[in-house]
Amino acid sequence: MLEVANIREQCSWIHKDKATATEKAIILGRAAIAKVQLNAPLTAGESPVVKRALVIGGGIAGIQTALDIAEAGFDVDIVEKQPTIGGKMAQIDKTFPTLDCAACILTPKMVECSQNEKVHIYAYSEVEEVKGFVGNFTVKIKKKARYVDENKCTGCGDCTTKCPMKNVPNEFNLGLDTRRAVYIPFAQAVPKVATIDPNYCNMLKNGKCGLCAKVCGAGAIDYKQKDQYIEEQYGAIVVATGYNPIKLDKFEEFGYSLSKDVVTSLELERLMNAAGPTGGTLLRPSDGKHPHTIVFVQCVGSRDTSGCGKPYCSKICCMYTAKHAMLIREKYPDTEVYVFYIDVRTPGKNFDEFYRRAVEQYGVHYIKGMVGKVAPRANGKIMVQASDLLMDEQLHIEADLVVLAAAIEPDKSARPLATMLTASMDTNDFFTEAHPKLRPVESPTAGIFLSGVCQGPKDIPETVSQASAAAAKVIGLLVKDKLTTNPCVAHCNELMCNGCSSCERVCPYGAITYSDKEFRMPDRTTQLRRVASVNPAVCQGCGACTVACPSGAMDLNGFSNSQIMAEVDAICQK
Amino acid sequence: MQGMMIARAKELLQDGTVNRVLGWQAGEFAYDITPAVFETAEELDAGFVYNAFCGNNLSKYLIKETKKDGKVLVFLKPCDTYSFNQLLTEHRFDREKVYAIGIPCEGKTSGEMLKAKGVSGITGIDEDGDSITVHTVYGDQGFNRSDVLEERCLTCKSKKHVAYDELIGEDGEVLDSHRFDMVAKLEAMTPDERFAFWRSQLSKCIRCNACRNVCPACSCEKCVFDNPESGIAQKAAADSFEENMFQIIRAFHVAGRCTDCGECSRA
Ligand SMILES: Cc1cc2nc3c(=O)[nH]c(=O)nc-3n(C[C@H](O)[C@H](O)[C@H](O)COP(=O)(O)OP(=O)(O)OC[C@H]3O[C@@H](n4cnc5c(N)ncnc54)[C@H](O)[C@@H]3O)c2cc1C
Ligand code: SF4
Ligand code: SF4
Ligand code: SF4
Ligand code: SF4
Ligand code: SF4
Repeated sequence: MLEVANIREQCSWIHKDKATATEKAIILGRAAIAKVQLNAPLTAGESPVVKRALVIGGGIAGIQTALDIAEAGFDVDIVEKQPTIGGKMAQIDKTFPTLDCAACILTPKMVECSQNEKVHIYAYSEVEEVKGFVGNFTVKIKKKARYVDENKCTGCGDCTTKCPMKNVPNEFNLGLDTRRAVYIPFAQAVPKVATIDPNYCNMLKNGKCGLCAKVCGAGAIDYKQKDQYIEEQYGAIVVATGYNPIKLDKFEEFGYSLSKDVVTSLELERLMNAAGPTGGTLLRPSDGKHPHTIVFVQCVGSRDTSGCGKPYCSKICCMYTAKHAMLIREKYPDTEVYVFYIDVRTPGKNFDEFYRRAVEQYGVHYIKGMVGKVAPRANGKIMVQASDLLMDEQLHIEADLVVLAAAIEPDKSARPLATMLTASMDTNDFFTEAHPKLRPVESPTAGIFLSGVCQGPKDIPETVSQASAAAAKVIGLLVKDKLTTNPCVAHCNELMCNGCSSCERVCPYGAITYSDKEFRMPDRTTQLRRVASVNPAVCQGCGACTVACPSGAMDLNGFSNSQIMAEVDAICQK
Repeated sequence: MQGMMIARAKELLQDGTVNRVLGWQAGEFAYDITPAVFETAEELDAGFVYNAFCGNNLSKYLIKETKKDGKVLVFLKPCDTYSFNQLLTEHRFDREKVYAIGIPCEGKTSGEMLKAKGVSGITGIDEDGDSITVHTVYGDQGFNRSDVLEERCLTCKSKKHVAYDELIGEDGEVLDSHRFDMVAKLEAMTPDERFAFWRSQLSKCIRCNACRNVCPACSCEKCVFDNPESGIAQKAAADSFEENMFQIIRAFHVAGRCTDCGECSRA
């Protein structure tokens, strides 16, 4: 039997007064002695492992994790809520710090996913329900109706050119142009199949049209398609739900909703992308003219403790703003580019060199100071009022285009997903890791792993490293045939259990289930009673149930109620 | 009311909906009401009562009663239906085995309340709206209901039934009770005053367990106070504070589950 009185962490490290600390050390010793006397042998159980992994989110994080898991020989499914995998990286033009084209390095990986036998993509799908525990999750996946048969559609795109419903905002280009009611998000989409948008299709809304069905040579259009539900077993789940830029309507001072020529950085990526709405020529969204003066504002909604934005640093904006400024100066040397910053943060391999190149080689005007007001003028110009903190002067710049480096936040679906997974999140809705330094790719919930920006802001190199790390952890789990379970789990004394569900309601891991059992009563009759039982593979030994249980039927191995009472008694003893 | 209830109970026994009836009967004295189970029409005629003394909350008895075969008929006052629902959420009995009839309640009195008003030799009671007539061996005595109401009924939270299969009489409304006036008073006290208040309140407890026994929230198969392994089981108290701990522990046990039925204060 072993019991530890932790004098180092719980006493000597944290107290300065030697005399009282000594007293406390003695008390801690006394408590441990009281506890060890009531110790009982602990035995670990076993549970089997399903050799298949689920990756939720098909951005670069999810893609990399899935490919690495498949490489090790395990089956892996990707659930992506959009019609195609790719995530934000598919929308980005060129990538810092090397300035290679995002699509050129991403699309081969997307194709690899679709061709690898071990990877199955559930695109346009969402996770509906998660049950079970590490090694043994049961997940219900909702495959949303595309109204196009994925197996028949060849991705020829004929339907998307004939559809008469033309003015649908194109989300892939962030609403900067339009698409049809039936669409393929971009040319390299995976899976490359069309999707009908039920909010705009005239056939689905009013029963009139049916044109796409006529033009489709493959007979793939199916207006009667329904959402499908698939249930699948997994040994491990990886969350890779990524991020979105925040909405900017709360930041009136930046005039985002007042002028089309005030754009977010992600919109700028589309405006500079050869496959974007302007074919890669940087033009003002309002009048299609070349902008000659461009103002960038960093930290819009980041490091903002006013409550409007996010308290954290979004980490990527300094670098992508340097990238944008540099690319614009390179392509359009006649353009003046101003960047307003609080400070420039460029930790990362070759990052500071990259930023210095923007300043020194490309002559981007970096100004330390915050923009106070962005006001569109009648003449199409945008007045930017700002302060230069280093020169201590007020600036008024007449700009043609203003680019806001909006903070990023976790995808809105992450919070409900975390609840389904019983995985914990921080106050900003980023998934929390099991240990911020030593277990950064695991969630505290066993069998749940984290990949990419869903865990915290990061760029692509960091995302990919984390994605591979998460895959390594998953592989380490899936190669096992059986898992030993934590012996310090709760158990229920059925003779005392009321079946009242108090414990079930507080258990954060869903470890408690009920069954009706027959009991022999003192008068020799039998009685059917509902009683609780704990699944030792799911229980994390948190002890919440033992406190909630009114009758004391629930108890925790290794930390029994009587042991804790004995410790308290020992501590209170004089 | 009593007549209507007996008549309906007989019907339900007759048509086989239920095979027994959970209600009230008088003990040695007319005000000495206890819960009782009736299995035949004759037993109902002989013993079933419902009057202003019938304060007992019958819902707790369903735990035992539903373990038997067949359905049981139970009569529930508005406040009892809250306990009924709480027990249901705790899966303490099988709803399928209960036929619940909601009955109105204008507030209950008790032998103690009347005795305190100097009444003795009580043989019966009648109610009519706001007035209560007590029959005694010395003749009848009339009261205003509000003058003889039990403490818990003075702050009755609702006359509305929240669970039933059928109702006899009209359903009432949720009342604007003054249940939290005392809480406000407590909050206004200084910590020392509050401590003294509780010590004095708790010192009244003689640890007879009566409150626990009637409490519909206290329905554990094995109560911690009866379990020597819990470390807080019934034993001679080492000091007066340990005695007080009983109520404090019980308060924590029923927190979030107590429905304010007031049975404990009656006991
Ligand atoms: C303007 C801008 C420029 C950038 N430029 C660069 C750069 O040059 N270099 C660089 O290294 N980084 C850059 N980044 C950062 C880069 O975009 C991210 O590091 C990277 O995209 C993170 O990938 P991810 O897979 O974690 O998230 P995402 O790309 O957001 O992918 C998440 C995926 O999960 C899906 N999803 C979300 N929720 C669910 C759900 N509940 N169910 C199913 N699927 C779900 C989403 O649809 C999405 O496909 C830039 C970012 C911005 C905003
Ligand atoms: S649905 Fe038909 S027409 Fe449309 S892309 Fe697919 S195969 Fe082509
Ligand atoms: S049926 Fe709908 S999606 Fe197809 S062409 Fe007509 S409007 Fe477009
Ligand atoms: S100890 Fe915690 S995890 Fe285990 S059953 Fe109890 S509440 Fe659930
Ligand atoms: S809380 Fe206690 S009594 Fe209630 S179901 Fe759980 S183990 Fe049983
Ligand atoms: S005091 Fe606690 S253990 Fe005892 S019956 Fe009440 S709730 Fe159950």
